[in-house]
Amino acid sequence: MRPLAVLLLVLAALLAPAAARAGEQHPTLAELEGEVMCPTCHTTLDQSSSPVADRIRAFIRARIAAGDTKSGIERELVAQFGPAILAAPPHKGFGLLAWWLPIAGLLVGLAAVTAGVWQWSRSREPVAAEAAPGEAPLEPELERRVDEELARLDA
Amino acid sequence: MASSAKIAVQAIAVAAVVGLLALLVWKVTHQPGSGVEKALSEGKQPRAPLFTLKRIGQPGDLALASLRGKAVVVNFWASWCRPCKEELPVLEQTWQRYRNQGLVVVGVDAQDFTTDAKRFANRYGITYPIVHDAPGSTVDRYGVTGFPETFFVDRRGRLVGAHISGSILATGEIKAEFEASVRRALRS
Repeated sequence: MRPLAVLLLVLAALLAPAAARAGEQHPTLAELEGEVMCPTCHTTLDQSSSPVADRIRAFIRARIAAGDTKSGIERELVAQFGPAILAAPPHKGFGLLAWWLPIAGLLVGLAAVTAGVWQWSRSREPVAAEAAPGEAPLEPELERRVDEELARLDA
Repeated sequence: MASSAKIAVQAIAVAAVVGLLALLVWKVTHQPGSGVEKALSEGKQPRAPLFTLKRIGQPGDLALASLRGKAVVVNFWASWCRPCKEELPVLEQTWQRYRNQGLVVVGVDAQDFTTDAKRFANRYGITYPIVHDAPGSTVDRYGVTGFPETFFVDRRGRLVGAHISGSILATGEIKAEFEASVRRALRS
């Protein structure tokens, strides 16, 4: 089971760049429709039928037919409509926040949960070993008498 | 130790929430163009946001600052916008009629392909300058929410008259408002 999982992971790692390269060299309209925004409706192209969305779709179709790469088409769209035409935020400036904030949030959350669990497990150990809070230990004489009574009951 | 760690975590959480709230307030209060619209609706004459944009059909850029001393009609449009097509002949007529008196009509094409805008201007015989707002920054600074939208800049560079959101031909009243605003910009 375990070697199979490793094999699958290695295969996925090897195939992923090849698939990305294929997408870059031979993009499809469906793929780009999900990554390009309609500037007037603020949704991705695949959810819009506005005139400008239709026009952008026609442009993408023509560029794909002409053999343009995905990044080439995106570059041309950014030149005409600005960076907001791409659904994904840019990898620079303020846009970096959108990429890193969720990861930072996830790490902080993970750290908080780990710290909480560690704290909880530490606070549990003394409870098991010691008397419950609020309970004073028995006097030796009283303890002896309780033991005697219990032994008598068992007999 | 445990309580100090707890307090630290709570402080971080509160700081994060306050930070996000501050970001939200800042974003709401700094909406681009909202100041222009508010000032115009209060009857004020705010300074027209300056722009320098690439010309369509001509080489080089056009800067609004270079038109100081002239009255300017700034018309935001796009080739795919139907009401924009309808009002273009009126804008061209206005430019032809008043250009000798110091009026300039500037068409700001946005959210559009320059090739489409150029073809469109040629088809409709537009001779006034047309520029392309590729990044949409001018659209944002004027607070444009749809096309067409028209502003009037007086000779001192201030926004005057009505700000017409929608076609200048929508009703007879709006058409009259357009003409009055052109005259007002020229008079100043």
